[in-house]
Amino acid sequence: MKPLELVCPAGTPAALRSAVQAGAHTVYCGFADETNARNFPGLNFSREDMHQAVAFAHQHGSKVLVAINTFPRAGDEDIWHRAIADAESAGVDAVILADVGLLAWAAARHPGLRLHLSVQAAAANPDVINFYASEFGVRRVVLPRVLSVAEIAAINREIDVETEVFVFGGLCVMAEGRCSMSSYATGKSPNMQGVCSPASHVQYVQDGADMISKLGAFTIDKAGKDEPAPYPTLCKGCFSARGEVSRVFEEPTSLNAAQLIPQLAKVGVTALKIEGRQRSRAYVAAVVRNFRAAVEATAAGRPIPADTLTHLSEGQSSTLGAYKKTWR
Amino acid sequence: MENDTTIPRIPGLAQRLVAPLPPPLIGSLAARLMRQAGKSHPELFARLGEHAYKRYEIAPSDLPFVFLMTPDPAAPQLRVLRKGRASWDCRISGSLAALLGMIHGAYDGDALFFSRDITVEGDTAAGLALRNAIDNSEIDLFEEATALLGPLRSRAIPGLTPLVNALERRTGVALRRVEL
Ligand code: SF4
Repeated sequence: MKPLELVCPAGTPAALRSAVQAGAHTVYCGFADETNARNFPGLNFSREDMHQAVAFAHQHGSKVLVAINTFPRAGDEDIWHRAIADAESAGVDAVILADVGLLAWAAARHPGLRLHLSVQAAAANPDVINFYASEFGVRRVVLPRVLSVAEIAAINREIDVETEVFVFGGLCVMAEGRCSMSSYATGKSPNMQGVCSPASHVQYVQDGADMISKLGAFTIDKAGKDEPAPYPTLCKGCFSARGEVSRVFEEPTSLNAAQLIPQLAKVGVTALKIEGRQRSRAYVAAVVRNFRAAVEATAAGRPIPADTLTHLSEGQSSTLGAYKKTWR
Repeated sequence: MENDTTIPRIPGLAQRLVAPLPPPLIGSLAARLMRQAGKSHPELFARLGEHAYKRYEIAPSDLPFVFLMTPDPAAPQLRVLRKGRASWDCRISGSLAALLGMIHGAYDGDALFFSRDITVEGDTAAGLALRNAIDNSEIDLFEEATALLGPLRSRAIPGLTPLVNALERRTGVALRRVEL
């Protein structure tokens, strides 16, 4: 059996090289602007970086996918159109898009470019996936992180395109592309500006041994001396509601579905995605190496080796997320 | 070691050796090291963008002084000050071993943040830009330090390399870039 394709994150050219050298079959990355959903300071690729990165990856037998997965602002579509054209001329293996208008544009103007549907499109049923495939020629869909393995199996039975699912990394607990919490608190969102809870609106304040995190005008969390610090995203915040203080939306914990790889292979998934373009090359190398060993083991019918990645996870703990539906 | 997050502490000896040195001397050495690193990695400034002009306080929690730096490509500045003296835009603190490990690619910055081994205060965007720019540059402070020796470099390297490697093994601190 062929190992499942490992699709690995790279926020910088150095991280891309680390991913390739650690065994990534495919690396995904984005341009340094609002066209991709990890538009963080100091991150991402210039046009020249992209050309060099594609050349490096191809030399080593890996593929490069470019995420152009935010929703274009009316009147400024040109920024997104140029990103698609530049990705194609850099020789990338596919672009990952979310917006219907952009998919239509790419299908009409760049017929030779392979299209993947981003998780940001939140395509979670066969009808909508078949629509994207028949209308725009989408070849692969990244499934939202709200489906169980049984639901993925049911979808795969009714579609012809490839499916890619997340197996590791930070969780976006809302239906992707639909969450407006960051917009509410800061005026900026992952969907439009490519950044949830932007660093420019985040403040960490030391209060004795405690660390208080603030997003815009809101205090969203307080971590005691020995407690792990979460990302400053609103969905992981601790709030007081109806007289009770709790994590109203979700616990700060990360996905780790390594043990489910054999089941995901069995239900016809093509590729496994690792989240974390905002992370360092140390993270990328460690996670890719572990998951490469896991997909090789599955392909050879061996048990999945135990991983030691918990310390890299938000909240320093991990979950099977919606795959097992023990999730809130 | 790739998945081991136990951050070693700099042995007391190193602290005792560094701490009594006059801050201006440490400052002048560190400033030369920073300028050298900037020269070998000009891509760092492009990644920093507007954040290159911010004042960063790098505060090793196990040393009695802090580094105050402004990367500014035209006129990079770095001074060493006693704790609590500097005004800054962004302050990054943690043990010297955690900070060196992050620079050299031994540790992931977010993981150090989750585990509270490093803290970031003030301008979070500037802190993030600096961390990402350094991570992409794959800096090796040993290489930069030996580059400062000029023509003596090639003669000094054979003697210094085993010394630094032994120190690394003994302390567990990443004194050179980790090959991932
Ligand atoms: S607030 Fe949470 S659910 Fe919403 S976009 Fe950000 S990470 Fe995702």
